[in-house]
Amino acid sequence: MGGFYIDWFGELVAFFAFAVVMIVGAVLMLTLTKVVHMVVSLAAVFLGLGGMFVVLEAEFVAFVQILIYSGAVTILLLFGIMMTDHQAVQHEPTRPVHEIVSAVAAIVLFGILFYAIRTTEFEPSAPPLQAGVDNAMEIGKQLYTQHVIPFELVSVLLTVAFIGAIVIAKKEAE
Amino acid sequence: MLSSYLTMAAILFCIGLYGALSKRNAVIVLMSVELMLNAVNLNLVAFSKYGAVPSLDGQIFSLFTISVAAAEVAVGVAILIALFRSRGTANVDEFDEMRR
Repeated sequence: MGGFYIDWFGELVAFFAFAVVMIVGAVLMLTLTKVVHMVVSLAAVFLGLGGMFVVLEAEFVAFVQILIYSGAVTILLLFGIMMTDHQAVQHEPTRPVHEIVSAVAAIVLFGILFYAIRTTEFEPSAPPLQAGVDNAMEIGKQLYTQHVIPFELVSVLLTVAFIGAIVIAKKEAE
Repeated sequence: MLSSYLTMAAILFCIGLYGALSKRNAVIVLMSVELMLNAVNLNLVAFSKYGAVPSLDGQIFSLFTISVAAAEVAVGVAILIALFRSRGTANVDEFDEMRR
């Protein structure tokens, strides 16, 4: 019982630490003025999410998250910024009505979601998944047996998307 | 514990939604969309551990989501660069020729 309590308490502490990192990063992403700083705070959100996956005992997903999002996507977005607005600084908000309506929409959506989460009875019957021991191996087995067709389709999708990206971004011959 | 993760994902999703609706720089809009996709991944992994039927399927589904999101970012940045080259701006308000 004591072990259970310590486990639960540790998960709670780690959850709140990562939650603070993620919320601060996300809010900074919206409030900072320089676009490059925004990308850095977005990387903080991605790292915090990776830590939260570790807390959830999804280590493989956590490392994929850190590799793909904090590594590849952040660098790709930095390239996007460098190729478009070098000195990009968000100008002053010139359309306050639009921003207020967007904020109200987001807050109303959050209220609805929060109400739904709070009022739903989640069945506590099944014990939580214990996938922490050899997570990557289990995922690999499932990927190559049960989910092999989507797995192969994703490889085709990635090839097509990246070739398409190169073709789109290539300078057109005049 | 499940509802804490779901609330966290809802917070992330709503911040991303606000950013996608209110920002004018197209790169920032793309980043906000990524934030919303990440919130969905958090939900999938949380349900994979604490859901009514805990299994690895949620984690595998989130892996597929991550790879599709990576493809989406690559194509999105490529379209942005092409648009910037032809229009000279990355402001989403300027990209309105389908509306005229």
